[in-house]
Amino acid sequence: MRYALLICHDETKVVGTDPARTQAFAAFEDEMTARAVLVGGERLRPTTSATTVRVRDGDMVIADGPFAETKEQIAGFYIVDCEDLDGAIEIAAKIPAACYGSIEVRPVWEI
Amino acid sequence: MGDIADVQAAVAEAFRSEWGRVVAYLIRVTGQWDLAEECAQDAFTKALERWPRDGIPTSPAGWLKTTARNRAVDRIRREKAGDAKLREAAMSALGDEESRFDDNGIGDDRLRLMFTCCHPALPVEAQVALTLRTLAGLTTSEIARAFMVPTETMAKRLVRAKGKIRDAAVPYRVPPAHQLPNRLMAVLAVIYALFNEGYSASAGADLVRQNLCAEAIRLGRLLVELMPDEPEALGLLSMMMLHDARRPARVDAAGDLVTLEDQDRRLWDIAAIGEATAVLDDAVRLRRQGPYQLQAAIATCHAAAPTAADTDWAEIADLYRRLAEMVPSPVVALNRAVAVAMADGPEAGLLIVEKLEQSGVLADYHLLPATRADLLRRLGRNQQAEIAYRRALDLAPTDAERRYLAKRLAEV
Repeated sequence: MRYALLICHDETKVVGTDPARTQAFAAFEDEMTARAVLVGGERLRPTTSATTVRVRDGDMVIADGPFAETKEQIAGFYIVDCEDLDGAIEIAAKIPAACYGSIEVRPVWEI
Repeated sequence: MGDIADVQAAVAEAFRSEWGRVVAYLIRVTGQWDLAEECAQDAFTKALERWPRDGIPTSPAGWLKTTARNRAVDRIRREKAGDAKLREAAMSALGDEESRFDDNGIGDDRLRLMFTCCHPALPVEAQVALTLRTLAGLTTSEIARAFMVPTETMAKRLVRAKGKIRDAAVPYRVPPAHQLPNRLMAVLAVIYALFNEGYSASAGADLVRQNLCAEAIRLGRLLVELMPDEPEALGLLSMMMLHDARRPARVDAAGDLVTLEDQDRRLWDIAAIGEATAVLDDAVRLRRQGPYQLQAAIATCHAAAPTAADTDWAEIADLYRRLAEMVPSPVVALNRAVAVAMADGPEAGLLIVEKLEQSGVLADYHLLPATRADLLRRLGRNQQAEIAYRRALDLAPTDAERRYLAKRLAEV
């Protein structure tokens, strides 16, 4: 069963790169790769670089910024493959960002 | 041929003892919650038709399980939609009746069901509702009535929770050892919430609502039966039984709450108190202290006192001290203040109350000024007591409590 682990945090508080944080993420990814549960994942640039696109009645509307203005924004994601929700929760809790942001666990809609 | 009334009683009895078992078994083998409930329901309906004609089977439990299983086989066979592989897996699991996949040394499906219903990934109100529906066998409209929400709202809540269990793959198992302590606390919290909901129901309230206490105690018993070495499960059961034993004395003829101090102790259920005390003894023997055991111990102190004046307040104050260390809650601290005041005098209690007031955490909680007022009254500081009673009256949430406080205010 695949899950998307969406990493959300307050962009105004977590900025740039920080060696300790980078190292923590690398360790997490190493561990999950070794356990063969990590399918993929990326860090995303902050929402200051986001563009929102909508097509309404055939017209494309382009807007600056994320689709929703909230305090916590999606900052990255992982896709993991594990047995069940308990497995996904256990992995989510190990993402370094769980200690300062939040991780939304969403099952992938398998066809 | 049995007497109709006898047969109906036998079906009702089987429903109480077997519903949860049949549903839990069918969920495990089919993985489909709705199907499990519907097939269990069909089996009980069939029992009502068949048993008067054929007699009550020697093993009602076996009869019900087989009938429900056959119904599930039928339904799955006729199902056109859905995943063929899943269907095949369910069919083979249903065929192998004695298949007992057991990953944790705990074989009872009802325990798996309990942990899944009380999974922290589900909203708390859904945990409570699912437990009542699947384990206790209450209908959706009964649960809705018990929680005073429209049936439609409750139905949606149940559908959503079952949908999440399915789509997010909430596991159907007793959690592994490293997760067990936390997850067991969630199960205990659901049972306790159920009990509190029933306990707070007034005497005039819907019977279903009042029955929640009995359902909670039944689930508590089941949990203790399935996990006999969990002291907190025993502690919770003991505490619920002790509170329930006082129920006949809790409300007066006018429907007003009677405080513990003023209750007619002859109305307490002595047999239940005896059993609850024995349950707590079992818990204590396991030598792992916990908040439910401490609360049960406090309730035992009250239950053991022939009159309010005989209460061992020093022991209760000490139990509250230990409880406050474990559960740093301001409400526990307030209760401790009351016990300390009874044991060591009102000034000692007042000190704790004042510390709580300074922290500001219970600023809107009427029992804080009410407790302060009582202590001041006992110290003869009537003017200050009056101010505190008025403050409590402003904050009191129910008429019964306002009447009680007004009575006290008139006395100072």
